[in-house]
Amino acid sequence: MLVTLTVNGVRRGASVPPRRLLSDFLRHDLALTGTHVGCEHGVCGCCTVLLDGEPVRSCLTFAVTVDGREVTTVEGLARADGEMSPVQRAFAECHALQCGFCTPGFLCAVTALLRDDPAPSERQVREGISGNLCRCTGYQNIVKAVHRAADLIAEES
Amino acid sequence: MTAKLFGEPVGRREDPRLLTGRGRYLDDLGSGALAAAFVRSPHAHARIRDIDVSGALDIEGLVAVYTFEDLPPRVAEPLPLLIPHPALAHGRTARPLAKGVVRHVGEPVAMVVAHDRYLAEDACALIRVDYEPREPVVDVEKAAEGGPAVHADVPGNVAAHLVQEVPSAAGVPARQMIESAPYTLAFRLDIERSAPMPLEGRGVLARWDLDDRSLRVYSSTQTSTGVRMAIAARLGLPLPSVEVIAPDVGGGFGVKLVHPWPEEVLVPWAAMVLGREVKWAEDRREHFVASSHERGQAQFVRVGFDGEGRVLGLDVTLLHDHGAYTPYGIIVPIVTSTQLLGPYRIGAYRVEFSSVYTNTVQVTPYRGAGRPQGVFCMERTMDRIAAYLDLDRTAVRAANLIQPGEFPYDQRMTFQDGRPLIYDSGDYPESLRMIKELIGWDSFAEFRAAAAADGRRVGIGIGCYVEGTGVGPYEGGHVQVTSDGRVHVSTGLTSQGQGHETVFAQIAAGELGVPLDRVSVVTGDTRRLGYATGTFASRAAVVSGSAIALACRKVREKALRIAAEALEADPADLVVEDGVIRVAGSPGAAIELATVATLANPLRYAFDAEAARATQFAAPGDPDRPPIAEGEEPGLEGRAYYSPLRSTFASGMHAAIVETDPDTAEIKILRYAVVHDCGRLINPMIVEGQIHGGVAQGVGGALYERMAYDSHGQLRNASFMDFLMPYATEIPHIETAHLETPSPLNPLGVKGAGEAGVIPVAAVIAGAVEDAEGIVIDRMPLSPSDLFRLREEAARRR
Ligand code: FES
Ligand code: FES
Repeated sequence: MLVTLTVNGVRRGASVPPRRLLSDFLRHDLALTGTHVGCEHGVCGCCTVLLDGEPVRSCLTFAVTVDGREVTTVEGLARADGEMSPVQRAFAECHALQCGFCTPGFLCAVTALLRDDPAPSERQVREGISGNLCRCTGYQNIVKAVHRAADLIAEES
Repeated sequence: MTAKLFGEPVGRREDPRLLTGRGRYLDDLGSGALAAAFVRSPHAHARIRDIDVSGALDIEGLVAVYTFEDLPPRVAEPLPLLIPHPALAHGRTARPLAKGVVRHVGEPVAMVVAHDRYLAEDACALIRVDYEPREPVVDVEKAAEGGPAVHADVPGNVAAHLVQEVPSAAGVPARQMIESAPYTLAFRLDIERSAPMPLEGRGVLARWDLDDRSLRVYSSTQTSTGVRMAIAARLGLPLPSVEVIAPDVGGGFGVKLVHPWPEEVLVPWAAMVLGREVKWAEDRREHFVASSHERGQAQFVRVGFDGEGRVLGLDVTLLHDHGAYTPYGIIVPIVTSTQLLGPYRIGAYRVEFSSVYTNTVQVTPYRGAGRPQGVFCMERTMDRIAAYLDLDRTAVRAANLIQPGEFPYDQRMTFQDGRPLIYDSGDYPESLRMIKELIGWDSFAEFRAAAAADGRRVGIGIGCYVEGTGVGPYEGGHVQVTSDGRVHVSTGLTSQGQGHETVFAQIAAGELGVPLDRVSVVTGDTRRLGYATGTFASRAAVVSGSAIALACRKVREKALRIAAEALEADPADLVVEDGVIRVAGSPGAAIELATVATLANPLRYAFDAEAARATQFAAPGDPDRPPIAEGEEPGLEGRAYYSPLRSTFASGMHAAIVETDPDTAEIKILRYAVVHDCGRLINPMIVEGQIHGGVAQGVGGALYERMAYDSHGQLRNASFMDFLMPYATEIPHIETAHLETPSPLNPLGVKGAGEAGVIPVAAVIAGAVEDAEGIVIDRMPLSPSDLFRLREEAARRR
């Protein structure tokens, strides 16, 4: 089946079987390998992308079901001129990633989190990222990065 | 002036690519490669009567199906036993594909190659394997008591048995010391199985170049040199025709050190046979049932001590659950046996272990590698002694600590590297003082009283450890300065998120006097450096870091020699700053390192203007000497290897305050504090990150993670839905403080930091819960339901 959608602002399409997962579609049909797969059963959050702005698990979504919709992946978070988004910059500044495998999922989740709640409390941050597993960082610097990103967004707007 | 780099929290160089989706992990490579999938045993123990692949043959897109029968003998052989040991009398390893018998759920039985993974899995589902189930043995004690044999030819399921005795200074053995001690205690302490669980599973991509007759393999591994040698041997290829590259690796924590995995042999072999690129990326269920686990150990302790809590004799017996195979030898129980001693001077010590086969996933090192179990043993013992004598738990520890003046301290045992267990440096009393201050140990009684007044239950716990890090045999570093002034550093060991590109660049930039952004670092690529060991045992900074520093020193010396000639100065008067070599005190006399690199390579041909400076008429040189002096080599580059005399010993102490819910038995960590000594810090930001991550894994192991095998050997929680890895909501804020006692053993004074965080956590939490509840905690992990049950039992006894 032909699936056409807007990914990171660009119209993309490919013909895929109905059972193709969105994660595989992005990674293997569109060569956007920044979205990662850590469990394939909806728990780790590595595969989180923004579907019409809302975070979804691309490993639990069939590509055919998002025909015509808009998807943002980690490759689309930076500004058009290549400057990293405040969330990306905050992650670097706060050492919020080690192996980086969970990072794209966190970046997408946090981007949506801060859009909906620009000044979350520590508890809200921890709850807000509690759909994403990280095996490397112990989360402390991720939490710090979310607060830092909130500050950056506030400063820059 | 080149900014000070060593010791600075320099931002990571790997981050920009990893933050923008430009990382290159295994499954991001090889688009268009054929996909492999595996048929794996659904039985914990069975004989294979027959495999019928005919059903799979109709699948469109199927390329090949292989069973044991299809493999050439060399490929089909059992996988290597990586670390033989005289005590490992009955070491056994799996074959890449099972021959006749399967010994755990998940063991590979057939491999399918197809156009994509979906089709390969379709084909797997249509392969019929006729199994004759046999009785499995899952429980380690049953296995040791003569349960069903996991391997028909291994008597009593015992793979290895080892006794180590360290008598007292006066030559009295431990058991006798215990008999004659004023006080004795005996008890049992258990730790259950967990697993490293990196978020990226294992994976292999192989590309056979038919024209070149060479093989390139990408593997999500902790040792690319190890994989390379294993593959070359297995596939009968000349070593120079095989290259192995570890791309970005999404976490390892030990599991990716094992090599070669069945898939690391079979995928390259299939690529050769088929003349096509073949890739296998592990899925999560496979990772649960077909990689490695660790930690399961039953530990029996007898201790004799005096009125101050000094340990006069300690006798420990370990029953180590080794799973179905022993590819990594008996490193884990050896590490438990030796590192159990921690920062203490123990009167006399005896330790005995049996490594026992069960019909479960094999056991190989997981971050900490046997230390969490050993520390659980020792620290719970310290707590028991304190409780028995009614002494403060930190006072008992203080009474046993090795003192700063006693280094180097010889524990008179053989460590996991086959070398003496001699602690190089440390300051344990200071560490104890710091952790007590950080957590507020002495004022905890007030906190407890205030909490109790509100009907809350709180407790405090402490755990101390010593960690042998930076084991040999060696690592290498290669440093090349090119004529554009860039510095290319490579080392053979691999990276899985530890920030090696950053810390090695810090070391190189500092040693050479160049700006950090001119340095690039490559790890784990056998095309760049073929000699290496791998990333484990918190060894990268120590061993590779030292090798890189030594290589840089060679390069610097050569650069100064060439610059001295060009500037007609004495090399001793030269300084290198910001990539420029100057004569100290004479501002005009300077030469760029880039130019020195050009001059270091006398040329006949000019490929650009810079190169023209080194050609034969532009730089004629001394007519009485050859253009390259005897004993010299062209180019500004250096290679060095660092081979440590023995391990360097990092240490630390953790403390935690927990609260337990009187009704639900929920356990909440209110505060978690860490004092950590890994010698000189290269990058404190990265070290702290390692500690945070380690503690989080420790918390997982203490409160949430366990492998729920049933008596049939089925792993009932083989998914992230059921194996409870902590999220951000479960991990406390971690407070850290550093102590720096440099190691005298290596040129940088560093010790390893990678595993430290995880080691004492189970012991600390157990101590804190015990303190809150007044109930003895002798096995971990501890879930709310476990604690609830313990409360009920305690109530019944009262
Ligand atoms: S891969 Fe989708 S949630 Fe884990
Ligand atoms: S950085 Fe490795 S899993 Fe999060």
